[in-house]
Amino acid sequence: MRTYIIRRLLQMIPTLIGISIIVYAISAMIPGDYITALNNPNMTDERAEQLRAIYGLDQPQYLRYFTWAKSMLTGDMGDSFQHKKPVMEVVNQYIWNSFIIAFASLVLSWIIAIFAGVFSAKFQYSLLDKLITLFVFICMSLPSFFLGLLLIRIFALSFGWLPVGGMTTAGSKAVGWEYIMDVLKHGALPITVLTMLSTGSLTRYFRTSMLEVIRQDYIRTARAKGLKERTVIFKHALRNAMIPAITLLGFELPALFGGAIITEKIFVWPGIGNVYLNAIQIRDYPFMLGFTILVAVLTLIGNLLSDVLYGIADPRIRLK
Amino acid sequence: MATEVTTMTRKTVPSATVPESPWRIAIRRFSRNKLALGGLIILIIMFLVCFIGPFFSPYNLYDYSLASKNKPPSAAHWLGTDKLGRDILLRVMLAGRISLLVGVVATAITVIIGGTLGAIAGFYRKQVDTAIMRITDIFMSLPSLPILIILGAVMSDLKVPPPTRIYYLMFIIGLLSWTSLARLVRGQILTLREQEFMLATEALGLKDRRKIFRHLLPNTVPIIIVAATLSVASAILYESSLSYLGLGVIPPTPSWGNLIADANNLIDFRKRPWLWIPPGICILVTTVAINLIGDGLRDALDPKMKR
Repeated sequence: MRTYIIRRLLQMIPTLIGISIIVYAISAMIPGDYITALNNPNMTDERAEQLRAIYGLDQPQYLRYFTWAKSMLTGDMGDSFQHKKPVMEVVNQYIWNSFIIAFASLVLSWIIAIFAGVFSAKFQYSLLDKLITLFVFICMSLPSFFLGLLLIRIFALSFGWLPVGGMTTAGSKAVGWEYIMDVLKHGALPITVLTMLSTGSLTRYFRTSMLEVIRQDYIRTARAKGLKERTVIFKHALRNAMIPAITLLGFELPALFGGAIITEKIFVWPGIGNVYLNAIQIRDYPFMLGFTILVAVLTLIGNLLSDVLYGIADPRIRLK
Repeated sequence: MATEVTTMTRKTVPSATVPESPWRIAIRRFSRNKLALGGLIILIIMFLVCFIGPFFSPYNLYDYSLASKNKPPSAAHWLGTDKLGRDILLRVMLAGRISLLVGVVATAITVIIGGTLGAIAGFYRKQVDTAIMRITDIFMSLPSLPILIILGAVMSDLKVPPPTRIYYLMFIIGLLSWTSLARLVRGQILTLREQEFMLATEALGLKDRRKIFRHLLPNTVPIIIVAATLSVASAILYESSLSYLGLGVIPPTPSWGNLIADANNLIDFRKRPWLWIPPGICILVTTVAINLIGDGLRDALDPKMKR
């Protein structure tokens, strides 16, 4: 197992180099730089040149790539132009806001998907199954921005139950329990959007997996023993149906920490995805590059994690 | 006697047990799937309305009439009018042309890149395979949405004219989504190339290119069709999300995504839902229909799948 993990980690190196070159090359295509994006009318050409020298923007692209890659290796992503702070600090500041809604929606969508998947499989071809299937397809096909706008229009504007956006009520100095409730109220809609987006494919996964397990001999044995149907389904069948789903847990990693760009923008949630969109608007290269690489690394680690988890959950799988 | 028997069986066999063609079986299985059939009908209607509908519209896109601006749906304007007095129904139909076209062309690019690279990797194996699969890994780990957003910003900065942007957009979406198809095709080709008909092509002394494109790839068409169908839906979603952010298809060219972005101020958003709900519904209905078709095709074309 250990050699497998080490080998996989080593394999990540060339992939990461490739990703970094592509990402860097794309961002290098953007004409103009941070200094021009500032759009400061008082900026003289001389001053602009000085600033470019300070930020290292006057060097040829390939040299800048190497400087950037070298500092990346030491975990230093440079300073965000916009926030005047190291990129890692900015990431650390906002990533937890993203994590809150991502984690909540992860838990919710798994619970909903497990139940929906199990019942859909148990009552295959029934009306319930058909309704769930249709619901699954709608979830899988929803454009996040439209769903978000619709929810804001209905629950925030028409009914006025929930706030339109943000994470806390402006000017509120609430602490402790009140603060948590405030955040929860603001988070309700974005969490709903993220949950709906991921529940669809998960439900389908559980349904297929359950359908396979339900036909196994040991399920018939369990029924023949006279066990309650609930015990058979939730204890004997579900446990085995969960094994392949464990691989999905690893794939959730980038979604957990990578932020939800569009959903966060719509609900003005101060998460990492929202910060990323702003970074692009003002051409904050260090942040743009750092964040994109971060998400790529999370994806790679997530893939490895899911393979390893699979190996742990199912001893029949041998990792080589 | 023996010869007589064989001739007799030969005569009777064709009519009795000639197996149905795989395509016919697939069509039969597909048409039994009500959800998928419904999806197909909805999609056909959507295409017809978007591509033929505008010819029947009494309005045109340049009918600015400020007298009839921001009107709610009525008998004259079924879906109302926008801030310049343009007919929303017409705009939604024209936007649909762009959105559907982007989805289809981006998928065609996905299929061309993914199919070719997958087939080459599976056919030549060894170093070629390793090299191509490494590239696939790299593209697979690229976070699509962040990259699309950066590329959208690049296009805006390079001042790419709106009509040209559409072509770039199709290409970019295709370039970011070919990986899973390449893997599917490669896997299929790896098993296909060990089969006997490949030995026959070997004996015939066919060129590699002919072997790959005439004999191997046609056998992977079923999985390509399924993957391509589902890919159209995701391409439409990417395009509309990007256009909503103002980084995809940009005005004056309408697309479903940027029609919604057009209504992105509080008054329009709150008081004039006819501006942004119809294009949103169109995106939703189209992608649901395509996903239903894709799923139906998977069931119909994959003989391993039992229902």
